[in-house]
Amino acid sequence: MDFTTHVINGLGLGSIYALVALGYSMVYGIVQLINFSHGDIIMVGGYSVYLVMSILGLPVWIAAPVAIIVCTLTGVIIERVAYHRLLVHNAARISLLITAMGVSIFLQNVFMLFFGSDPKAMPPLFTSTILKIGSLELASSTILNIITSVIMMSGLQLLVNKTKIGKAMQAASEDTEAAKLMGINTNSVIAITFAVGSALAAVGALLYSNTYPQVRPDMGNLLGLKAFVAAVFGGIGSIPGAMLGGYALGVAESLTKAYISTKLTDAVVFGILIIMLLVKPSGLMGKNKKEKV
Amino acid sequence: MKKMRIVSLLLVAIMLMGIFAGCKTKESDTIKIGGLAPLTGDVANYGKAVNNAVLMAVKDINEKGGILGKQIEYIYEDEKGDPTEAVNAYNKLVEEGIVALVGDVTSKPTKAVALKAKEDNMPMITASGTEESITLVGNNVFRTCFIDPYQGQLMASYASKKLNAKTAAIIYDTGDPYSTGIADAFETAAKSFGMTITNKEGYTTKSTDFNTQLTKIKTSNPEVIMVPVYYSDVALIAVQAKNHGITAKLLGADGWDSVLDKIDKSDVDALANGYFCSQYSDTSTDPNLQNFLKEYKETYEIEPNMFSVLGYDSMQIMAAAIEKAGSTDADKIIDALKSTDYAGLTGTTTFDGNRNPIRQAFITSFEDNKYKFVELYSMS
Repeated sequence: MDFTTHVINGLGLGSIYALVALGYSMVYGIVQLINFSHGDIIMVGGYSVYLVMSILGLPVWIAAPVAIIVCTLTGVIIERVAYHRLLVHNAARISLLITAMGVSIFLQNVFMLFFGSDPKAMPPLFTSTILKIGSLELASSTILNIITSVIMMSGLQLLVNKTKIGKAMQAASEDTEAAKLMGINTNSVIAITFAVGSALAAVGALLYSNTYPQVRPDMGNLLGLKAFVAAVFGGIGSIPGAMLGGYALGVAESLTKAYISTKLTDAVVFGILIIMLLVKPSGLMGKNKKEKV
Repeated sequence: MKKMRIVSLLLVAIMLMGIFAGCKTKESDTIKIGGLAPLTGDVANYGKAVNNAVLMAVKDINEKGGILGKQIEYIYEDEKGDPTEAVNAYNKLVEEGIVALVGDVTSKPTKAVALKAKEDNMPMITASGTEESITLVGNNVFRTCFIDPYQGQLMASYASKKLNAKTAAIIYDTGDPYSTGIADAFETAAKSFGMTITNKEGYTTKSTDFNTQLTKIKTSNPEVIMVPVYYSDVALIAVQAKNHGITAKLLGADGWDSVLDKIDKSDVDALANGYFCSQYSDTSTDPNLQNFLKEYKETYEIEPNMFSVLGYDSMQIMAAAIEKAGSTDADKIIDALKSTDYAGLTGTTTFDGNRNPIRQAFITSFEDNKYKFVELYSMS
């Protein structure tokens, strides 16, 4: 019985990884950039909720849209200010990567400057109850995380597969130059990708602050890194892969804590990444793309 | 030749002056007590809190006529939180003729100074050096603060004797010596009181997800859960425990101080069943303590903290020992310190064989989003 609870707890944690991993995966799919500042978008979302709910004392139905809007704007602004010129001029990937790290450090320090480095208490977004399913007793926040992440992923699948902009995204990710020749405005496609990724991260931030009611400037570090691992594990560039990777990582973490050792949790997570890269470098659901020479 | 004679006469005169000057210091009408504290640098906050309070204690003692009929002259040095600086500063104080030392503040410099002070047989008391080995250096070294394991033992005793708990779980930070020290001491002590430790769950520093550990603890359903960690983690653990429907009483140590800053008002019921021990409580109704806190705030325009309260008591304990010794002879002061029975701001202090304090702890709980002083508790 405990085992089932541990798995469900893991899925709850994994849902947050999954939502963040989607952003990594989508951006990578289109511009081949590992956007290391993506984890910090969660932090931006967390502080938005903190400002609206704790400082201004407004309810969650205002905080949630505010967080999503702030994160979306932050994502787009980062793309426009930091990456756009590099992408247009076809800069080396390493320059993009370094820029992404710079953005991450910048964001963390700005928030540290304004809010201090100590954690801030968050109010619970939704009233927490204990759900009894048979003999299982689960925290409602865990179930909320899982349900929300599934809805988000389904929505994203619809967006990518059924809408015009989704098809443009797919085209751009297949071949940016060819997409351009076909009359697709790749610049706006890239911006929209960042926006959607950041909005998903905002939802992740909402779930995160509901489950772990504290925000701190460096909260995006480990979270972002694990989400990145989830994206690579699931196959970077693949949407269902990112979700699957997130869930797998969450469950692995939970089971390691429960049955192996709490000290080894992170070692297991990154161990999984190493094994995956050795065995199947393209990830669980990744396509094995040949490098064009 | 004549010149030479004058020069030698002068030299003799100067030397004689030196001798008389020496006599004068020995018969001075003050008693010199040295102080060491980091007043600049990373840990300056702690140093200032202790030193400010020591200065207040000196003022209070002198206003009441001093000790042995003389005024206390408190000479202090800034050691910047550095062991080497601390030893140099200590040597300087010894040259100035101190008879006892109140200091140092943080563990590392305190240990370094203790090793030197042992050679000089200098009576010394630290307000806040918690590391266990400091007082083991020599029988001249005392401390006012609790050592970390003591809090673990104390809370185990409280759980067993006051809360009548038979089962306990522990959740602690495996990367922090403070947390592991208290957790281990709690485990050993709880077992010696006949309690069963159902779970001892660790986590890595900076963890935010405690669901797995709490699920395991919930299954074994202990009566109390010991959470010897710092306040930010306490807040996260308490809220997640509440979300899992865990109703066991949460116990903690002085790291819980300020936990209310890190938990939202609407989540504060997660702590309703929490008890933690600390060395003083600003919600205590003791008028002396309240006066001290008020005066400290007025004098220095900052909030006093645990370090200030311990600093004040340290100076008072040292002064009382010198008075009791009846002289400034080091051995007599040390003997007097050993038999200390001093009622101060932190309660009544006596020393055990390792010169660590034996004293009641302040047990604090929570009510209406505020700290609530429950009772004074001592192990014996």
